[in-house]
Amino acid sequence: MAVTEERLFGKAIKRREDPRFITGRGQYVDDVKLPGMTYAAFVRSPHPHARIKKVDAAAAKKLPGVLAVYTGVEMQVGGLPCGWMLPDIRVPVRPVLAQGKVRYVGEPVAIVVAETPFAAKDGAEAVRVQYEALPGVADGKKAHAPGAPQLFDEIATNQCFHWTIGDKAAADAAFASAATVVSQPLVNQRLIPNAIEPRACVASFAPATGDLTLWVTSQNPHVHRLLMAAFVLAIPETKMRVISPDVGGGFGSKIFVYNEEVAVSWAAKTLGRPVKWTAERRESFLNDAHGRDHVTEAEMAFDREGKITGLRVKTHANLGAYLSTFAPLIPSYLYGPLLSGVYKIPAIFCEVWGMLTNTAPVDAYRGAGRPEATYLLERIVDRAARQLRLDPAELRRRNFIPPFTDGTPYQTPVAFAYDSGDYEPALRRALELAGYEQARREQAAGRQKGRHLGIGLSTYIEACGPAPSAVAGSLGAGAGLWESGQVRVHPAGSVTVYTGSHSHGQGHETTFAQVVADQLGIPMEQVEIVHGDTAQIPFGMGTYGSRSACVGGSAIVRCLDKIKEKGRRIAAHLLEASEQDLDFKDGAWSVRGSPDRKKAWGEVALMAYLAHNIPQGMEPGLEATSFYDPVNFTFPFGAHVAIVEVDVETGAVKLLKYVAVDDVGRVINPMIVDGMVHGGIAQGVGQALWEHGVYADDGQLLSATMLDYAMPKADGLPSYTTDRTVTPSPINPLGVKGAGETGTIASTPAVANAVIDALAPFGVVHLDLPLTPQKIWKAVAAAKR
Amino acid sequence: MYPAAFEYHAPTSVKDALRLLGKLKDDAKLLAGGHSLIPMMKLRLAQPGHLIDLKKVKGLSGIKEEKGALVIGAMTTHWEIEASKTVKAKVPVLAEVAGIIGDPAVRNKGTLGGSVAHADPAADWPAAMLALGAEMVCEGPKGKRTVKVDDWFVGLMTTAVKGNEILTAVRVPAWPAGSGAAYMKFPHPASRFAVVGVCAAVTLDKQGVCTRAGVAVTGAGTKAVRAKGVEAALTGKTLDAAAIEAAAQKAAQGVDVQADLQGSVEYKAHLCRVFAKRAITEAVKRAGG
Repeated sequence: MAVTEERLFGKAIKRREDPRFITGRGQYVDDVKLPGMTYAAFVRSPHPHARIKKVDAAAAKKLPGVLAVYTGVEMQVGGLPCGWMLPDIRVPVRPVLAQGKVRYVGEPVAIVVAETPFAAKDGAEAVRVQYEALPGVADGKKAHAPGAPQLFDEIATNQCFHWTIGDKAAADAAFASAATVVSQPLVNQRLIPNAIEPRACVASFAPATGDLTLWVTSQNPHVHRLLMAAFVLAIPETKMRVISPDVGGGFGSKIFVYNEEVAVSWAAKTLGRPVKWTAERRESFLNDAHGRDHVTEAEMAFDREGKITGLRVKTHANLGAYLSTFAPLIPSYLYGPLLSGVYKIPAIFCEVWGMLTNTAPVDAYRGAGRPEATYLLERIVDRAARQLRLDPAELRRRNFIPPFTDGTPYQTPVAFAYDSGDYEPALRRALELAGYEQARREQAAGRQKGRHLGIGLSTYIEACGPAPSAVAGSLGAGAGLWESGQVRVHPAGSVTVYTGSHSHGQGHETTFAQVVADQLGIPMEQVEIVHGDTAQIPFGMGTYGSRSACVGGSAIVRCLDKIKEKGRRIAAHLLEASEQDLDFKDGAWSVRGSPDRKKAWGEVALMAYLAHNIPQGMEPGLEATSFYDPVNFTFPFGAHVAIVEVDVETGAVKLLKYVAVDDVGRVINPMIVDGMVHGGIAQGVGQALWEHGVYADDGQLLSATMLDYAMPKADGLPSYTTDRTVTPSPINPLGVKGAGETGTIASTPAVANAVIDALAPFGVVHLDLPLTPQKIWKAVAAAKR
Repeated sequence: MYPAAFEYHAPTSVKDALRLLGKLKDDAKLLAGGHSLIPMMKLRLAQPGHLIDLKKVKGLSGIKEEKGALVIGAMTTHWEIEASKTVKAKVPVLAEVAGIIGDPAVRNKGTLGGSVAHADPAADWPAAMLALGAEMVCEGPKGKRTVKVDDWFVGLMTTAVKGNEILTAVRVPAWPAGSGAAYMKFPHPASRFAVVGVCAAVTLDKQGVCTRAGVAVTGAGTKAVRAKGVEAALTGKTLDAAAIEAAAQKAAQGVDVQADLQGSVEYKAHLCRVFAKRAITEAVKRAGG
């Protein structure tokens, strides 16, 4: 059960994968080279909403090097499936290539295949498409209004679903008797993911066997195979192999099945030659699933002591023009249940309208629903502190859920039962590291001299490793949420681990090897981690929702338990001792009380395969498979503090200091956790200050290049101060919780609260994200008038 | 990512480059670093049939002093200017401008001539050229001619260079003792181009009275322009905070301020005034005022 020997667990071991990445030896999808390779380019809609009158590919087909042009007319395959259903949801058909109509800028209309990528691009430019432009709508709330342009005849008012959680009557009662009500409309703006490696795929079809091999930038190759084989291409899963080699970031955007990999697979089969497509950055902006995009009205009720008594939330979630693979899940079950945060809130009611608009589909983006909930909660709590004239730290302390670390979960009014938590120490530590009291004094002194410092807090909850599968199924999941692991011991004692998790930057080759090497008492060099290939690993669910350590890691631990159990029986047999009398330590089984009588790991492994002398009836070999289905999510938490300075003359914000104290349970590799926290903070700061996927009212994307869409840059960020408290999760054998998304979830509200705090002398109580200089300047200028 | 097909030419002399240009005319673009042209070609916004790379042309690169001015070859990179001891000694503001263009990769490849010939409305160099009173040296089939910077920037990405000419050098006068100059910009959060950039240069006499001022604004409008109202308001004055503030108020006059995602006309005009004030204040300080 527990880790037997911890030589490596908790150590900041350098990532084993990094030497190949930093020396340019990584093998990404675009590095795949096959004989006879051809290249695809897509003809995409320039219109947010239009009828396709005619597609004329004659000129394109005549260009040198162009092999074929296919449109939705030729490519008759199933639509892209949606993997999560909500009650009464209306799911529009999402064609691989547009059928008669286009509904967002960038929607694929045709695929051109050519001998070179240049020729393919020339061909795509030469395809003439006649459109009849239709009015479009980009805003989720406006799409709901009477008279708004309709995307689908069969989906009235563009509403995909209306979803609620919580007890409306109880929430209404709380507001009726509240001493104070704090209301705040807020926008959680659209973000565009921008992994460093653009999405890419290579498809190769073998006519002799009928086997289709797809290399694709995927966070979950088996999910890709299942959805594509069973729902789109209608081929047996045995005839399709999906390989995701090294993947350069995803942030969620590489979970989903997209038009391009389906079209490329179909084209490869039809043409009888391998086809490669690698997204240009502009295509990534247009067609990778976007994130966030909520328009919300929130109100919070308080009693006379400043205790929260109720929360009501109404959100219009913009889902884009079609439902991406897990689109309905994000603004429902990954959003509403987070609304209790780290606070004891007796009554919560949340309703969400899932809306279709003429924009790129929206799905999970780092945090996926949880940043939206956390931003809402942390912003309104801060807003309340101002209204109640309380220090924001004090208001949070008053409302924290009391510590629960004995394995008894805390039940919120919005479905979740938190596994373990102790929230006050993280806040105390963060305030200490930030020098909170001193910072407040500097702020007061600065204001006298026209220097505007702001201090922002964020105390957050995160939910990792969505589980268990049966509950997910009852809530609409089209997939289980367990994970697979397989451990294969080789005769000389080295170990290959096959995991259903799939790293796209998380460092599994290091962390999983640390766990395995520790538990077996062997060097890390004896452990190989294999992932990302459906022909090698058992069916697995992949990496998202910060689930790899807590779910994928636990599956591996279960395998190790089985391996060690069999090893113990072999060792006992060889030592002629009772199994109960054996200790396993430093890679050897020894007889308790006579440490000289022992069998090393390697001897036992070899005997398992020689099978010359193993217990009667025992099968030879030493390997185990496990499918681990957790009983619950894990719930990391923490407290972040941001200190900013605002130049009120220009509205420019400078982030001066950032403190993050996270509790992610037990930590396998602190360097890797720090790396994820650092990256996450940068991404969250990006949302607070810079990033915005801007659509014009009619659906034209205005921020479609790196010249327009402001990604976080190193020179806009300070050196972070990070620390941790450790509250192990009681629900998995490693005691881990998850660290992949905490930074993104916590930092956006911390920075936003800091900026609004800086503007307090001007009476500014709220501004919507991102907090651009112009918005701040306008607010300050309005206050001065 | 994948530009349309083009022919690549790499002449080694200005003469050969001009001959090619004369032959290929509008179907050719001059490549002078490529940090604007190549991305445009990759987005297929520009599809020239021919690229004439000036990288191997002799004599187009380098910085030398000549009669109280710096003569900077058109193909001199931003980094070479940023790092040049001569520049730092004679016209230090040029090193300052160069040092905040884009990022190191851009500065290592991009060139002064490429930038002022491309005339991006948000580029940094045009403000400095206008404020300092630079001259552009062009070479064509009929020989050399010099264009004063005030006549150079004609409109959006348009300059006075003729279709059969190449910008070969930029001549920047060194201002006399008692002068100071500064460039301040509000960078675009994504591109790092200037949302607004202001270059200010002043000469003060022994009494601290401003005898000459050059102030120019880039970023806000369709082309960089001199803020002549500001210059007039500075000249003849003792430049205390109030005088600078008053002069800076005229910074947006004559700028055809364009609204975009970064700001409204009102906001950008405000930034012109703020950055004029800041640049002038720093220039005065550097002038010893």
